[in-house]
Amino acid sequence: MEAASITPSPPAKSPGSVIWDNILWVIFGATLVILAIVDLTDDGNISLLANNIKDGISVGTIWALIALGYTLVYGIIELINFAHGEVFMIGSFVAVSLFVSLGIVEGTGLFGLVLGILLVLLIAMVACAVLNAMIERVAYRQLRGAPKLAPLITAIGMSFILQNVGLLWRPTPDSAPDLLGSQIELVNLFGVEIVRSDVFAVAVTAPLLFALLWFVGHTRYGKAMRATAQDPDAARLMGIDVDKTIALTFILGGLLAGAAGLIYALYNLTVSFNQGFTAGLIAFTSAVMGGIGNLKGAVIGGLLIGFVQQTVESRAPQDGSAWAPVAVFAILILVMVFRPQGLFGEETREG
Amino acid sequence: MSAVRNAFGKLADLDFRILIAVFVAVMVIFGIIGENTTNSDFYAAVITTIAYVMMGLGLNIVVGFAGLLDLGYVAFFAIGAFVMGWLGSAHFGDANFKFLASDLTPDAGIHINFFLILVIAAAFTALWGAVLGFPTLRLRGDYLAIVTLAFGEIVPRVFELSTSGFFGIGNTDFSNGRQGITPVDKPYLPIPGLDNITRIDLKPFFFIAFAMLLVTLFLNFRLRDSRLGRAWIAVREDEVAAAAMGVNLVRVKLWAYAIGAALGGFAGAFLATFNNTVNVDQFEFGFSVFVLCMVVIGGMGNIGGVVLGAIALAMFDRYGLKQLDTLPSKVGLDFDFSSVKFGLFGFFLLAMMILRPEGFIPNRRRKLELHEGEHEGGVASDEDLYSVRG
Repeated sequence: MEAASITPSPPAKSPGSVIWDNILWVIFGATLVILAIVDLTDDGNISLLANNIKDGISVGTIWALIALGYTLVYGIIELINFAHGEVFMIGSFVAVSLFVSLGIVEGTGLFGLVLGILLVLLIAMVACAVLNAMIERVAYRQLRGAPKLAPLITAIGMSFILQNVGLLWRPTPDSAPDLLGSQIELVNLFGVEIVRSDVFAVAVTAPLLFALLWFVGHTRYGKAMRATAQDPDAARLMGIDVDKTIALTFILGGLLAGAAGLIYALYNLTVSFNQGFTAGLIAFTSAVMGGIGNLKGAVIGGLLIGFVQQTVESRAPQDGSAWAPVAVFAILILVMVFRPQGLFGEETREG
Repeated sequence: MSAVRNAFGKLADLDFRILIAVFVAVMVIFGIIGENTTNSDFYAAVITTIAYVMMGLGLNIVVGFAGLLDLGYVAFFAIGAFVMGWLGSAHFGDANFKFLASDLTPDAGIHINFFLILVIAAAFTALWGAVLGFPTLRLRGDYLAIVTLAFGEIVPRVFELSTSGFFGIGNTDFSNGRQGITPVDKPYLPIPGLDNITRIDLKPFFFIAFAMLLVTLFLNFRLRDSRLGRAWIAVREDEVAAAAMGVNLVRVKLWAYAIGAALGGFAGAFLATFNNTVNVDQFEFGFSVFVLCMVVIGGMGNIGGVVLGAIALAMFDRYGLKQLDTLPSKVGLDFDFSSVKFGLFGFFLLAMMILRPEGFIPNRRRKLELHEGEHEGGVASDEDLYSVRG
């Protein structure tokens, strides 16, 4: 696609368009500032704002992990992998089932607990990676040359299939074992309670993020991925196995989704077959917000969306947790319509 | 040569008329005798199917004709149903308003004649179709799909949460939350047979639905052959070329959204009355995909194909699944077949797109488009159907 055309230079901007181009940033920033001020003045202290930021970060890490899967795949084959949210759901299910079958419960000693969680994390990640690679093989590979509509529809089909697999697996919402004692307070900074699950979410996510960035930025495989993303045909001519590289991308996305699934299970303590759809859409919003294809953008987008979600939940007069997705989807629409290249302004092919 | 082609064209026309006549005759005969000869489940399933066919035809205008992948079609079902619920039930208990309504309706609430509400609902959803379509005008391909999907998620949620004012403004309850609006007024005309319709006798519902379907079909055929219809197809195939030929993209796309939405609202309003409830539980993403499935299976852009696809899927959903429910237990598995119906529809979508993307009864031109690029062999084809690079 890129082979035939050199990316045209952006048209010269008229002076007035700078603000207009960044209108979404301005609106978004202003809203956050206003909300922050309301937070501050309402309670007369900074605890609500700080709490929202803290919760936003810990929820946001989960969204960021899922969002990376979307952004990796979109970056390389321009496909919204609709089934990704369901892969995350399966990750949660695998984790919860493994906890039960390995006999890891709240009473397990510290050593066993750490080892057990690490082991389950590893298995869930690998399971999701295999699943994601299989999805690519079954549903997307045959449609490489087809019009964009076709793989998008198979992706939706795949997502429904997986969701119903989840439904058969656990027809009703199940509770996950509270292995961490997730609500036990570790530190209290000026009224901000940092509980164990917050620390856990960040502690698992951060190394994964850095590992991913290193992998994509500094290894041969990462280079092959970037090359394929830029121009699959030229990459093939340079001796890159494009099919394998694309499969690798799905594997990476699956690994992160599996980790997100485990964190979600231990953070939320409930898993349900329909968690994947909403989570997927929220994570996709994060990916789009950060500029789809942009890895760091997806992480920042995830954290921002997490903050927005927490703010809406705590500020809405009623049904906060029900309004939060509405707010997130509204952001999704705004970003896609007014700033399809994301907040950080990297041009995408759709833009 | 042209004489031959003319004769052939006439024959095709004749065929088409015969087909329509046979279809109408079969449906009318079934409508009269069906309720007594088949079980009432089947008869009710047929009525719902007719409504679903209308929705399939509505979505076909957006997806099949204009090539705009709409994943939030359920929003228009919701809006149409809620218009019926608001204007034809005792929901707004403070208001006392009756207009050409049956004397049997209670005093409280707004009660406007069913047939009038159908028109209002179609017009109102058309408006919303254009409103929700407007922001998506610049978008193409999957971005368009995601934005419509987001709208489809937002609209039912807003309805559900607007139990105390709209967005917290005022105190009016718009939806009765998860309980939904029930009961909904029955259709009423001051002529014998239509002046006291109950759910015990389903015949009037059948004929009302069938009449609505005929209107929808007529609209579809006329639109397809109209200037607007040809403009839709031009936009679908190449937006830039269409614009260069003088097609007004904004106007043409907005009409597609508006008319497609109007049909969804039209059918949705009927379903609200027929089901006797307006409940947010039915307005889920799965329904949008279900309707999309009808369009894809039948053959995008082909009216006859969509009708057949919709009949097959809707009858399967409404009737066939119940018959299959005992199947898993026979092979020693413990689940209801109907609980995984969306998985099944997902599988249909997947299989269709991989094996036969043009649908079972393809539109010829559409088929060519969908197979375009297959022979080029590259990773991404140069000409994506839904993305024209500007």
